[in-house]
Amino acid sequence: MTTTFLRLHTQPDVPLEAEAISPVAIAGLSELGIEHLPVLHGNIKAKIGDFFKVTGKGVPDILLEGDLGKIKMIGAGMSAGSITIEGNVGMHVGIGMSGGEILVKGNASDWVGPEMSGGRIVVKGNAGHMIGSAFRGQAIGITGGEIFIHGDAKNEIGNSMRRGLIAIGGDAGDFTAVNMRAGTVIVMGKMGVRAGAGMIRGTVVCFEDAPMLPSFEFSCKYQPLFLRLYLIRLQENGFENKITDQHLNGKYRRYSGDGIELNRGEILLFSR
Amino acid sequence: MPSELKIVNGRVYDPANHINGDVQDICVRDGKIVDSVSKSVTKIDAHGMVVMPGAIDIHCHIAGPKVNLARKLMPEDHRLDVHPKTAVTRSGTGGIVPSTFATGYRYATMGYTTAMEAAVPPITARHVLEELDDTPVIDKGFYVLLGNNAFLYKLLKEGRKNEFKEAIAWWVNSVHAYTVKLVNTGSDELWKGRKNANITDVNESIDHYDITPVHVMESFIEAAHELGLPHPPHIHCNNLGHSGNISTTLDTMKAAQGRRVHMAHIQFHSFGGELNKNPVSGAREIIDYINDHENITADVGQVMFGKATAMTADAPLAWMLRNVKFDKWVNADTECESGCGIIPFSYQESIYTHTLQWAMGLELFLMSKDPWRVLLSTDHPNGGSFMNYPKLIKLLMDSAYRKEALKHLNQKAVDKTVLLELDREYTLNEIAIITRAGPARALGLMNKGHLGVGADADITVYTEEDDKEKMFNAPRYVIKDGITVINDHEFATDHKGKILHSKPGYNEEIAAEIEPFFEDYYSVRFSNYAISDDYLHDHEEIPTHPKS
Repeated sequence: MTTTFLRLHTQPDVPLEAEAISPVAIAGLSELGIEHLPVLHGNIKAKIGDFFKVTGKGVPDILLEGDLGKIKMIGAGMSAGSITIEGNVGMHVGIGMSGGEILVKGNASDWVGPEMSGGRIVVKGNAGHMIGSAFRGQAIGITGGEIFIHGDAKNEIGNSMRRGLIAIGGDAGDFTAVNMRAGTVIVMGKMGVRAGAGMIRGTVVCFEDAPMLPSFEFSCKYQPLFLRLYLIRLQENGFENKITDQHLNGKYRRYSGDGIELNRGEILLFSR
Repeated sequence: MPSELKIVNGRVYDPANHINGDVQDICVRDGKIVDSVSKSVTKIDAHGMVVMPGAIDIHCHIAGPKVNLARKLMPEDHRLDVHPKTAVTRSGTGGIVPSTFATGYRYATMGYTTAMEAAVPPITARHVLEELDDTPVIDKGFYVLLGNNAFLYKLLKEGRKNEFKEAIAWWVNSVHAYTVKLVNTGSDELWKGRKNANITDVNESIDHYDITPVHVMESFIEAAHELGLPHPPHIHCNNLGHSGNISTTLDTMKAAQGRRVHMAHIQFHSFGGELNKNPVSGAREIIDYINDHENITADVGQVMFGKATAMTADAPLAWMLRNVKFDKWVNADTECESGCGIIPFSYQESIYTHTLQWAMGLELFLMSKDPWRVLLSTDHPNGGSFMNYPKLIKLLMDSAYRKEALKHLNQKAVDKTVLLELDREYTLNEIAIITRAGPARALGLMNKGHLGVGADADITVYTEEDDKEKMFNAPRYVIKDGITVINDHEFATDHKGKILHSKPGYNEEIAAEIEPFFEDYYSVRFSNYAISDDYLHDHEEIPTHPKS
């Protein structure tokens, strides 16, 4: 068999911290071995087998089935392989991942891909707050990798991110790319208020008008070449319905900021 | 039924009683060390092990609002260091500033049974007492910050020495402190009044008070002497971390005029060179002066590489550090009493100043002639966590290890020190002095730091190993108040330590002097300020010896 198949048979009462559902942890284990891997059910130590039916040996490709909205930390620290989730997923999916791919076919909860340094997370539905963000207190967020959300996302996307690409097919909440160090956030719907607050470098792109902070200054209207390359790549990766030729060839209004910081960041708003 | 215990066959290091590695039995009854116990007593066979009194940290920052601020400032640090509960102990978070429970347990796992919180503004003492009560296993006390107190300055300006002394005693009593602490005397007052103001010379006048920091320090040393506090004023000198601050430090030590004084974290005050230029080591001048003056005790405040947190009542210093490392920080004012600054920091091998500080600390240790007066500390968490003590002990005991470590540091800084020429290695007896007997003597704790009859039964038993870091990192047994808290490396039971405080006598009429000032300038009412005895929980009063 070429995938390890995990099906949720018992819904946990409280969120389940399942760092063990990751190619790193299950590599080379038997079905029974995987079922005995530890998970934290609230503050009680439990086993994967208490909640999941495992089929197949531990190989780098994992398929998960069931409503996993309460299962946290899936794909923790993975560096290769793939995880496909046929439904929703809980918080902290892909925490600390450095390679490989996670595909979520339903919705994701908050904190998608914290401490990520490489690899890709794709969410077909909506996602919660703090996507690709630094944990509270950390000076830097994700340092690489790609996060594609096809639906909407909530507040503080890419908080303090340093490198990497976050693309949101729908709307984004407030404080998009707050304290951003560098990297790119592309929002294809609307953005909430205070986008780019405290950003030092980096790029935020939005296809709709967005309220600008007074510490951002209009610099020019132009056609950024790099953006065309980025958008073509995103078109090839499932965003073909969201990105039109107008977006590829149109002009963008560039705002530089945040003026209270280094003023080297930019927000690009699509100009019809 | 009295609880008894006997530790047999161990090699005992008890410098206060001139026992240097002799095989002896130690008998314990009801939390005290006694001559003999009954034959059927529980025995610990310490064959091949080293028995020492429980260690004492004379200077650390472990409780109170400023420590709490540091905890709140660094959630990322706690995430990576969870302290799980066991069958008998409670959970917490670690990192560079651990939570209260973790602080107590972690001290215990290194053989520490007493620790003194070194800087508490009186108005926050209530919180400190509550947190100390929640710090398990160890005994603890705190030093109250009075060196930047507006009311006391007013008394000094008016030349009312007697009232000054009475007011100090009132404050120590009201907040249940152990002794008084002076931090960057005079500077917080200036700092609060004018932008970026600081004291650069201890003989300059403190603004409108017409008194100098030297005069303030002299007055405190004299008052503490007359009140007979168990530990003399604990002084954090002016100009911490500025190149050329040795002159300030020497002036401060001279101000003692032969009376007892404790100099806190002297490594930070041993910078030679010129102001605003790269510092050089001034350890030689400082340690020579200390070697020659028996009235002075000091703790080194060794810097250890890795994470630290600058946590100080020296608000202008916090501003200086903030300009070194542009990161999150806190600077706060504490009413009429003190200031406060907190900055997460890290010491790096490649940086000139950091290497120099590391080397200066070791120079001070290795050139000290009297281990009884130059004591071990890292000024936790300012120079590094107290969890670094075993590593520091290894650096002191193993010159080959020290020289190997030197190779990986900033060589420009290493060249500015004499560390390569110092071959001294501390013996186990000397380690027992700088971590146990010395701090106990400096603190005036008659029942601690030794294993003579009548002492508190705070005992640590280490398996003797060549790797001293490994040895001091994990004592096999830790006995606190006669109870085996750590048994064969595992916590056997939880334990609650005592709060140590002193009660200097004073004339109660002084309260009427202080009250009007309170009602005018403080945010709390005078009647709510003094802390009732309920907050003391388990406590022990350490007697004072007033000079009349």
